[in-house]
Amino acid sequence: MATVAPSRIRTGRAAEVWLFLLALALGIGGYALVGLNTGEALPENFGPYALTLVATAVVLHLVVRWRARHADPLLLPLALALNGIGLAMIHRIDIGLAARGQDAGFGPRQLIWTILGVTLAVLVIVVIRDHRILRRYTFTAMVAGIILLVLPMVPGLGSTINGARLWIQLGPYSFQPAELAKILLAIFFAGYLVTNRDVLTLAGPKVLGLQLPRLRDLGPLVVAWAACIGVLVVERDLGTSLLFFGLFVAMVYVATERASWIVIGLLMFAAGAVLAVSLFPHVADRFDIWLNALDPEIYNREFGGSGQVVRGLFGLALGGLMGTGWGEGFPHLVSYANSDFIVAALGEELGLTGLIAILMVYLVLAQRGIRMAIGVRDGFGKLLASGLAFTIAFQCFVVVGGVTRLIPLTGLTMPFMAAGGSSLVANWIVIGLLVRISDSSRRPAAEGRGEVVSADTAMIALSALSEEEPNDDGPRARNRSAPARVAGSAETDEDGRTEPLDRFGPDDQDDDPGTQHTEVVDRP
Amino acid sequence: MNTPLRRLSVLILVMFFALMGAATWVQFFQASSLNADSRNVRTLYRDYGRDRGPIVVDGEPIAASEPVDDPFGYQRVYTDGPLYAPVTGWYGLYQLTGIERAAHTVLNGTDDSLLLSRIRTLFTGAEQGGGTVELTIDPAAQQAAWDALDGRRGAAVALDPETGAILAMVSRPSYDPNVLAGHSSAEVNEAYTELLEDEGDPLFNRTIGGNLYAPGSTFKLIDVAMLLETGEYEPETEIEAPTEYLLPGTQDTMLRNPGGGPCGGETVTLEYAVQESCNTPFAMLAVEHGDDALRAQAEAFGFGEPLAVPMDVTPSQFPADPDPAQTAMSAIGQFDVRATPLQMAMVSAAVANDGRLMRPYLIATERGPDLQVTSRTEPEELAQPISASTAATMTDLMVNVVANGTGAPGQISGVDVAGKTGTAETGSEEDFAPDAWFTAFAPAEDPQVVVAVVVEDGGAFGDEGTGASVAAPVARQIIQAVLDE
Repeated sequence: MATVAPSRIRTGRAAEVWLFLLALALGIGGYALVGLNTGEALPENFGPYALTLVATAVVLHLVVRWRARHADPLLLPLALALNGIGLAMIHRIDIGLAARGQDAGFGPRQLIWTILGVTLAVLVIVVIRDHRILRRYTFTAMVAGIILLVLPMVPGLGSTINGARLWIQLGPYSFQPAELAKILLAIFFAGYLVTNRDVLTLAGPKVLGLQLPRLRDLGPLVVAWAACIGVLVVERDLGTSLLFFGLFVAMVYVATERASWIVIGLLMFAAGAVLAVSLFPHVADRFDIWLNALDPEIYNREFGGSGQVVRGLFGLALGGLMGTGWGEGFPHLVSYANSDFIVAALGEELGLTGLIAILMVYLVLAQRGIRMAIGVRDGFGKLLASGLAFTIAFQCFVVVGGVTRLIPLTGLTMPFMAAGGSSLVANWIVIGLLVRISDSSRRPAAEGRGEVVSADTAMIALSALSEEEPNDDGPRARNRSAPARVAGSAETDEDGRTEPLDRFGPDDQDDDPGTQHTEVVDRP
Repeated sequence: MNTPLRRLSVLILVMFFALMGAATWVQFFQASSLNADSRNVRTLYRDYGRDRGPIVVDGEPIAASEPVDDPFGYQRVYTDGPLYAPVTGWYGLYQLTGIERAAHTVLNGTDDSLLLSRIRTLFTGAEQGGGTVELTIDPAAQQAAWDALDGRRGAAVALDPETGAILAMVSRPSYDPNVLAGHSSAEVNEAYTELLEDEGDPLFNRTIGGNLYAPGSTFKLIDVAMLLETGEYEPETEIEAPTEYLLPGTQDTMLRNPGGGPCGGETVTLEYAVQESCNTPFAMLAVEHGDDALRAQAEAFGFGEPLAVPMDVTPSQFPADPDPAQTAMSAIGQFDVRATPLQMAMVSAAVANDGRLMRPYLIATERGPDLQVTSRTEPEELAQPISASTAATMTDLMVNVVANGTGAPGQISGVDVAGKTGTAETGSEEDFAPDAWFTAFAPAEDPQVVVAVVVEDGGAFGDEGTGASVAAPVARQIIQAVLDE
């Protein structure tokens, strides 16, 4: 059997540089165009602004080279591109709002949040050397997440904005703790599910062909679930509860590989939706607006009317195929144009073409997340990566779908773009985690030894593996005292195991082998 | 776990395809209907940033966009705003009216006729400017009508009978479009509310707008046309003219002549009946010939027909199913007969133009941003409501009205003016003052201008006002202004 000649593994760092340049061109170019088109001059803080973005890219790139050499080269440039476009649009809407004599100045604040978010992402990459460390904090994450979720309910701390009690007020700053709770709950779900997936998959009664889990195994999930429902009921936030719900169902499905979970999830969702519509007038209004947005009676309704949605549609329609151009539209005519409706603003000024391009960026970002989940070798990493990636995709779906009237409108932020610090910071942390996971996902096993296997040998090894039913690895994984030994990671080598094939021993069978780099040595 | 991950990635793909489909639906398929939605102020806002083309009268812009230093970039400015307001309308943040609305796509440069010039700007990189709209208005006639109506509520229209070109369109009281074209929505809203609440209804374009008038005796021109068209009548034909006419089907409702007295005798010639605007003979003849004949004649002149000049003209009305008594009242322009001043001018214009009614129009030419003519209005025959001989006979009858009858205040020395007066009772209890009408054309032998004038509530004369005393002098001044050029 032919042995493939050892080849240098491409880390993609050079590609990342070019992608960073593209991302900077989008963000800085958009910012410049806004100034040129609205005031026929560059925005007054253009220099510092551009420098900040360039510095951000440089720092991110250097940090990745230093601490996550094999990380997916697309993640950071994509996130930075979205962040930059969002900053330009927020600045553009500031100009529109100021011209109408309304509160503006969201742009500079968003830039500060960007710096903070990127700093946190860097911290995540630097401090968390291995994402599996997070698994130790499964239940800590649950408790912290739930505390964050209920924080807005604390009297004197929480504040109600537009009927939803979602924010906590700390002096002049308001923060939406649900955004951080999103990450913590993803960590909890990933840790919990990877430990209990067998129990959830196999134990329990079978009803109507559906494998139901045992109640006691469900305990922690039910607690988390109840917290999410509590968010809907008490904090009146449809979006966040929908997001947690989607995250929950997707991760349970990935963990258990059982469609019955999706059916159970959808049934629970349908029941919840029916209940919400009948119990809460504001939810019923959303449905009404969704179905009959253009109806004059609903449009003109003073509260709970479709004015915002319809004005967003007007903006999208004005944009048409090619858009009005940066600064040439009227996105500020829509309320919350820079946050909930930034998609409508982008569609108006960049057109259908621009909007689809932006959606493609999100799609690629989410798909890279799933791709690294497939590539990474530990179940926790798979679940966490896919959960986080799905969150980004699902958030886009809910926001863009709401604005384009594909689904009823629910208040959620567009990741990286919408004005608002909590969302931006949380999503940069998500990117930090994904960078970390992708680093171990893409890191070649035999790095530095030039041992690369032929594809055929790899296939044989793989097929041998798939015949074995994987065991539960949960407790064992937690009992590891030494640095986790994971196939293909650098630690494998330090572990003193010289035979890469050993990694196919029982210890590693909890997961599918990585598919990105086959690291089996071809032994004659 | 990889199988569900792959399925999850497919699900994400499907979600994004759905989003792209939804965006395409809104931004491509639904876009034109959303852009046309009356609640969508964006299209107006977008135009504010454009150099909108001017509206021109006799070479001078009466509406033009001037660069200003605010987010919109341009401010619409109306020279002689109130004078031309019924024509130009205004170009507001939330609303367009008048020519600004009717010729909007030309003025903002998006009209199909400007496609070539738009393609040119695509290559030259120049900013697409708006087109120019040149009106048919004669500034002298417009000014004369404006001055003559000073201080009164009323309207005047002047037409060129041979082409249908509208030479004057004045409505008083008027408003200043400049205050409605401002860029501060608060100020514009305040001004608009004030105008809406003004008792004089300054925002109405009384010449063509929604408020119709009872045409009074000017409607007798339609009676005469109907009678002459039967071929059984001539100016010398003797017709019954009692002092009082008991309306058919009523016990004691008497129809009287103007002033309440006899009108020349028990029988008079048709010529005399027109000259003195007797009521009883026309009422009786209308009952005799029936409402259908009268309605058919009125509709031949344009009653009931939608018309755009290019602003929409409210169709004038003849009642659908009057009983004989109502027919009698309708024949003298009362009951439910309602007309716009433009409609009554069209009746005279058909008489002046040998029985051929030309389509009235306001826009003479449209030019692209490069001043090339992109569209020129060709005079178009709208209808032939009467024969040439009927027109000739009616001209004689109308000349007689001004020379020897009720239209005497419309006389101009050295010119034969053909006209017809009207004094329409408005019917409301506390408001007995009639609306005064006069419609005329001159010179009778070679008509160059047709006018119709209405002055509400008898003008300054109160309930003493008649078409002759109040409206005829206004018409005379307009005619004089046109003929003096």
